[in-house]
Amino acid sequence: MTRYSAFNLLREGLRGHTGWGKAWRSPAPKSSYDAVIIGAGGHGLATAYYLAKNHGLTNVAVLEKGWLGGGNTGRNTTVIRSNYFYPESAALYDLSVRLYENLSRDLNYNVMFSQRGMVVTAHSDPEMEMAARQVNAMRLNGVDAELLDRDQVRKLAPLLNFRPDMRAPIHGGVLQPRAGTGRHDAVAWGYARAADALGVDIIQNCEVQDFIMEAGRCVGVHTSQGDIRAGVVGAAVAGHSSVIAKMARYDLPITSYALQAFVSEPLKPVLDTVVLCPPFGTYVSQSDKGGLVIGGGLDRIPSYGQRGNLPVQETVLAGLVEMMPALASVKLLRHWAGIVDVTPDSSPIIGPSGVDGLYLNCGWGTGGFKAIPAGGYLFAHVLATGSHHEISRPFDRSRFVTGHLIDEGAASGIAH
Amino acid sequence: MQIFPCPFCGPRNETEFHFAGELGKVRPATDEKIAAQDWATYLYAQRNDKGLVREVWIHLTCSELFVMERDSETMKVLGSRSLREDAQ
Amino acid sequence: MTSHRTTRVALIDRSKPLRFSFDGKEYQGYEGDTLASALLANGVRVMGRSFKYHRPRGPWGAWVDDPNAIITVTLNGLSFPNCPATTTPLVEGMRARAVNAWPSATFDIKSGLDVFHRWLSAGFYYKTFMWPNWHLFEPMIRKMAGLGDISRDVPEGYSADQVFDHCEVLVIGGGAAGLAAARAAAEASRGVVLVEDHPVLGGGLHQMAEIEGLAPTDWIAEQVSAITSAGGRILTATTAFGVYDHGLVGLAENGPFGTAPRLHRMRADRIVLATGALDRPITFADNDRPGVIAVDGACEYLARYGVLVGSKIALVSNNSLADAAEVLLAEAGAKVLRLNPHDGPMQALGGKRIKGIAQGAKRHDVDTIIASGGMTPLVHLWRHAGGKLNWCETRQAFLPGAAPDGMVAVGAVNGAFDLDVSLSEARAAGNGKSPDLSPTSYALTPLWPDPGSKGRQWIDFQHDVTLKDVELAARENYVSVEHLKRYTTLGMASDQGKTSNMAGLAAMAAVQGRPLPEVGTTTFRPPFVPVPLEMYHGHHGKQLWHPLKRLALEPQHRAAGAALGEYGGWLRPGWYGKGEAKQLIHQEVLTARGSAGIFDASPLGTIEVMGPDAETFVNFIYYNTIRTLKPGHIRYGFMLTEGGIVLDDGVITRLDQNRFVISCSSSHVDSVRTHLEAWRQDGNNPDRIFVHDQTQHWATVTIAGPKAREILAALALDVDLSAKAFPHMTLQETHFEETPMRIARVSFTGDLSFELSVRCAKAPALWEAIVKAGQALGAAPIGIEALSILRAEKGYIMVGKDTDGETMPHDLGFGVPRLKKSAAFIGDRSLHCDKANATNRKTLVGLSVPMGAPPLATGAHLVDGTPPRSQGYVTSSYESPTLGRPVALGLVENGAARIGETVSVWHLGDIREATICAPCAFDPEGERLHA
Repeated sequence: MTRYSAFNLLREGLRGHTGWGKAWRSPAPKSSYDAVIIGAGGHGLATAYYLAKNHGLTNVAVLEKGWLGGGNTGRNTTVIRSNYFYPESAALYDLSVRLYENLSRDLNYNVMFSQRGMVVTAHSDPEMEMAARQVNAMRLNGVDAELLDRDQVRKLAPLLNFRPDMRAPIHGGVLQPRAGTGRHDAVAWGYARAADALGVDIIQNCEVQDFIMEAGRCVGVHTSQGDIRAGVVGAAVAGHSSVIAKMARYDLPITSYALQAFVSEPLKPVLDTVVLCPPFGTYVSQSDKGGLVIGGGLDRIPSYGQRGNLPVQETVLAGLVEMMPALASVKLLRHWAGIVDVTPDSSPIIGPSGVDGLYLNCGWGTGGFKAIPAGGYLFAHVLATGSHHEISRPFDRSRFVTGHLIDEGAASGIAH
Repeated sequence: MQIFPCPFCGPRNETEFHFAGELGKVRPATDEKIAAQDWATYLYAQRNDKGLVREVWIHLTCSELFVMERDSETMKVLGSRSLREDAQ
Repeated sequence: MTSHRTTRVALIDRSKPLRFSFDGKEYQGYEGDTLASALLANGVRVMGRSFKYHRPRGPWGAWVDDPNAIITVTLNGLSFPNCPATTTPLVEGMRARAVNAWPSATFDIKSGLDVFHRWLSAGFYYKTFMWPNWHLFEPMIRKMAGLGDISRDVPEGYSADQVFDHCEVLVIGGGAAGLAAARAAAEASRGVVLVEDHPVLGGGLHQMAEIEGLAPTDWIAEQVSAITSAGGRILTATTAFGVYDHGLVGLAENGPFGTAPRLHRMRADRIVLATGALDRPITFADNDRPGVIAVDGACEYLARYGVLVGSKIALVSNNSLADAAEVLLAEAGAKVLRLNPHDGPMQALGGKRIKGIAQGAKRHDVDTIIASGGMTPLVHLWRHAGGKLNWCETRQAFLPGAAPDGMVAVGAVNGAFDLDVSLSEARAAGNGKSPDLSPTSYALTPLWPDPGSKGRQWIDFQHDVTLKDVELAARENYVSVEHLKRYTTLGMASDQGKTSNMAGLAAMAAVQGRPLPEVGTTTFRPPFVPVPLEMYHGHHGKQLWHPLKRLALEPQHRAAGAALGEYGGWLRPGWYGKGEAKQLIHQEVLTARGSAGIFDASPLGTIEVMGPDAETFVNFIYYNTIRTLKPGHIRYGFMLTEGGIVLDDGVITRLDQNRFVISCSSSHVDSVRTHLEAWRQDGNNPDRIFVHDQTQHWATVTIAGPKAREILAALALDVDLSAKAFPHMTLQETHFEETPMRIARVSFTGDLSFELSVRCAKAPALWEAIVKAGQALGAAPIGIEALSILRAEKGYIMVGKDTDGETMPHDLGFGVPRLKKSAAFIGDRSLHCDKANATNRKTLVGLSVPMGAPPLATGAHLVDGTPPRSQGYVTSSYESPTLGRPVALGLVENGAARIGETVSVWHLGDIREATICAPCAFDPEGERLHA
C-alpha cells in the first residue's frame, strides 16, 4: 500500500500518478475464513478493519453483493454527531465521534471529518426547556453541549429565518461543537483500503444467497461466487437485514423505509455548521464542494425502492426555505434515497442473532453513518470474542423482550 | 405522488393515508399468562418483505382501515380490499 | 470578429434590441436570445472558468447540455446564482457575471491553478491534508469550491405556484416527434398535454429547410393548430424534470426570468417520451477550450438565434448527421473544414480562443471546432420511471428497452434519427401503439476515448475530470461505474453528466478491456435540470405551514386584551392584559384561587364512543377500569401504547349505558382518534362500536375556583348545583339559551370547577354571560400560563412534559389497575416486563427548595455520585403565587420511595439542593376540590 502523504502526492504528480497502487485488491474468495462479514458498507468494512487491527484476525472476508460502499454509506447526508439523550446512546455515538476524530490518520485516508458543530433549534419556551434537559443530559454523559440563546444561534447560522413573519420563531438551541460532517465515500474507501492492507479480502459482486447450517449452527454462506465456510458470520447489511434474517430463519423488529436526501448546486460558502429545525423536520449542511446537503423525515411507507416521492420532497425542501428564506432561488441538483432499517426504539441491534454462529449489526435506521467507527469497533469485539463490549451490551436484541428499549426517537427530533 | 385505492373512496393521493402495520398481527389473549418472548414477537417482529407485502392502511379522510397489497420494491399497488372482505 | 449574427431567418425579434452586461462590459442582443447566443453574437468566447483548474470555458451546447457557461444574473436588484447562459432568456437590463471567476471570466486570477494540475488530479484531497488537521485546509478548499454566491437577502416576491394537473396523454418534448404524437393523440380524442422546455416549439426542425413540404414554422403552426382545436394543451418553457411512482410527472413551468417556476404535479394515463438526443463530445487533447462546440449546438445557435459560431469551422464528427450540419453552416457563410477523427489524434490549439486544430502532423487554421462523437438519447425520464435500457451496437448508445407501465419512447430518444421514421413512430404512439426499433440511416464509427494517448483530454468539462483521471481511478481499482464517478466526480457537476457520462463509461471500458455496456450506467435521478427550491416550497409557507388552529372565542379573547400564543398547535390566550407578563400571570393565579378563573378549554378533544360494545371497548382502550363507571359519572384515566407507555391522559364520561365521551389532550386528538378507529375496526366488531370526533363541534368554558358555584348559579340554569346533587367527577346535561349544554364537574386546578360545553356558535354568548357573572364576584379570564401553575401546585401532570417516552402509569402513582384489573387492556402485558418491574424506574415526584431560594430550572437533572450521574430531571417548575414559594415536579429514580430525601440538582454545571416531596403541594386532602 503506497502511503498517502503530501510528499508522495508531490512525487507522484511528477510521475503522472503511475506509482499509486490499488486502493484494495479484487481477490477471488477462498473456501473458508475465520470470519465472514456480509455487507461491505461502512459498518462491514470498519468491522473487518477492527477485527484485523484490534483483534489480530486477518483471515477475514467481507462479502458485498454490489460495489463496496454502495448502499446507505454512499447515500446519506454525512452528518456525524453524538447529541443523544440516554447514557447508553451517548457512550455508543460518542465512541464513534472520538474514533472519527483520529480516523483519517488511523486509516491514512482523508475522510474530511469537519467538526463544524451541529445546532438543533428550539422554537418555544417548552422547547427551550427540553433543550436544557438535553444539554444537561449530554454534559452529564461527558459529551460536549451548549445551550444557546437566540442571538447565539443567529451568529452561528445567519441564514436562519429571524423575520417577524417566521412561523416558528427561534428561541435558541442545542449546540454540539464537536459534531459535523464527513465525506461518506471516503469513510468506506478508507476502511476498505486499510482493511485490505491488513489482509482482509473484500469480495464485491458476491451475493449471499443462503446460509450453510450444520446442526443448527451457521457455518458459512452460499454465495453467487460459491460456498464460503466461516468460523463466525456477521451480517451488516443496512436495508436488507430482514432479507438475510429470512434466510437464517430468525425474526427482526425492523421495518425498511426509503429515506430521501438532497443536494443543491454548489455555492460559495454560505453555511458553516449543521442545522436542524425540528418544526420543519429539515436539516442542512454545506459540503466542502459547496452543495447544500439536505435531509428530513422518512417516506412512511415500507419500501426497498431506494427512492421516495414528491410529498416528502415538498415537505423537506419547503421546510428548508422556511428555515432559510434566502435559499429560495438556489437550485436543487439531485435527490436520491437509501433504505433504512428502523427499529421500534430507533436504536441499533448489535449482538447475537439467535442463530448460533451468526451475529447482527443492524437497525441503525437513519443514523448509521455517524456510527460507522463505533459499529465496526463493537461488532468486531462481538465477532472476535463471542461476547459484548460493555458499550454494545444494551443494544442486544434481547432488550425487546425485557423491555429495556433505548428510545431516542423523541430525544433527537426527527427520524435520526 | 402515489395513488392508493381506498376500497370505499376510490383512488386517492398518498398523503391521505397512514400505514397501520403488517397484515396478520393477532393480539394474543392477555388474560392468560404470556411468555415475554411471545409478547415481544407480537409487539415488534416484522416480516418486512422485499417484494409482495400485505398491509393494513388507514384512509384518514374516511377513517376506514383496509388491506392493501403492494410490491415494496417496485412500489406498484396490486390491490386493496376492506378488512371485512379480507377476513372472509 | 470570429462569430456574428447572420441574416438567416431565426426565432429572435430583431426589432427588439436588448441591452445587458457581462462581467462589467455592455452588450446588445435581441428578444428571443439566450445569454449565451447574445454573447456569442458579440464575439464573446470565454463565459466561465472550470471548477478545479479555472481554465477558460465557453459554451459547448446551446441548451441544457452545456456545463460551462454558468452565470450569476442580477435583474432589478435581485441576484440569481448559477444560471446556465444557454437556457437563460435575455432580458433588458440583465447584469451577468461569470461564477467562480474574478475579476472576470476572461481574466481570472485563479487561472494560475492550472499550472498545478499535476497534483490536483482526481481524489488528490484523499491523499493529503491529514496533517496536522483537516480543519487547517478546509476553509481554503471551501472557498475555492462552489460556483455562484448567493445574496443573503430574501428574494421578496419570489414565490412559486403549485398545481395538480392531469391528462390522458402527456407528450414530453415538442420537436417533430412530440408534435406529431401530440397531434395524433389529440385527433384520436385523447386529452393531450404537450410540454416543451424551449420557449419555442420545434426542436431541431428549425435547422431544416422544409418538413413535409412546409417551412418549419408553418409545419409547427399546423400541428399546434390541430392540437389545440382538438382540445389539447401545449405548455412551452416547461421542463418535465422527473417521473415518480404511479405515473406522476413533475413539470416546472418557467415564467419570465426572475420568477419561480410553477410546479405542475401532472398525473398522466400515458406518457409519450419525445425528449430527443444530444451530441456527445469527442475526447481529444485540449478539447475543453472555448470555441469547441457541439455540432448540433452550432446548428441550434444558427437556426434559433441566427448566430454563426465561427467563420472558419473545423467539423469533426464520427457520424452521418454531420453532413446536414456542414451544409447548414456553409450556407450561412462559414468555411467548414470536415475532419475525420479517425485520421489521427487531434489537439485544439489556442487558449481563450481557438487558433487552430492539429491532427497528426497537420495543422489547420480554424477559429472554431465543432464536434460530435455520436448521439446520446435523453433517456433520463425513462429511467426515473424504472424503464430499462438496451445497448445498441449500431448506434453506440443506450436506447429505451423494456418500458415502464404506460410509457413509450419515440423519435431521437428512441434512436430514430431519420425524420420520416421519427414521424411515423410518433403518430403510431399517439394512437396508442408502441413503436419497434426501426432501421436507420444514421451511421457512425465508434469513437471513444483512447486511454494512454497523449495530451490532456477532458471527460467532464465543469469538474475538470480528464482521461488521465479515469486511468488513475482504474489503476487504483475504483472500477465500478459508481466508484469511478464518485472518485473522479465525473458526472456530478450541474449538468449531471449529460456530456460526460458516456465518455467516462467508455474510457473505463477501454482501460479494462470490457464492452461499454458491461461497465454499466449510473442511476439517473430527478430533477432532469436543476430547479429552484422555491418550486417545492410554493404555498407550504409562513402561516400556512401547519396552520394554527383558532378558537371560536378568539374575538372575545382579543377584546379582553389576551396575549395570544401558540400552544399545542392552537392560538390561545397565554394571559390577559398589558404589562409585565409575570405580574399578570401571578395575579391570574391568585384570582383563580381567591374567586375563580374563567378559561377557554375548547381545544380539549371530545371523542364519543357509542354502541352496544362501547363499554367493553373503552374498558380495553383504557388502563383504568371503565366498565364500572356509572352513567353521569366521570373518571380520570390513561391510554397506553401496547408497550405500556402513557400515550395520553384525560377524563372519560359515561353519558349512558352505550355512550361515552373521551376527553384527550388538544394536541393528540387526531392520533387518539386514529388509535380508536384502528382498534375498533381491527380486533373488534365495527358494527357494534362507533367513534365520533366531536372536537370541532363543542366550545368549552371552564369556571374554576371557590366562587365557581356562585358564578354558575348566576346563569340561572335548570340544574341543581349543590355539592350533594352535583358531586365532583359527575356530569349534568341542561340548556343554555335553549341550546343543549353539558356541564362536567372536573378540575385541572384543584379547586371547585365546572366545564361548560355548548356548540361553537353559542360560545360567545356563554362566555359573555360567565364573564359578566364572574366580574361581580372578582373572577376574571385566565390564560394557559396561569393554568400551568395552578395544576402544578396540585401535582397534576401534563403528558409529554411531566412524562417521557418511558413513563408508565405506575410511575405516576396509578398502580392499581396494573395489579388488579383482570380484563385485557392495551399495554397490559408490557406493564410486567423486566423493565416495568425495575426498582429504579423514574417516578413522579414534587421538588421543594430551601426557604427563599429561586425556582429550579426546568430541564435541570437530579444527580448523584462523582462524577455526577443523572437519575432524573425537573419537568415543571414555577414560582407559586398561592404558596408564596417555588413548586416543581420531576421524574427521578425510585422517587416515590424517597420522599423527604435531599438531592443535588445539576444545571449547566451549577449544583443546588432540593428535597423530594409529594407531587401535590396544595390542599392535599382535596377539600377545595370536593367543595
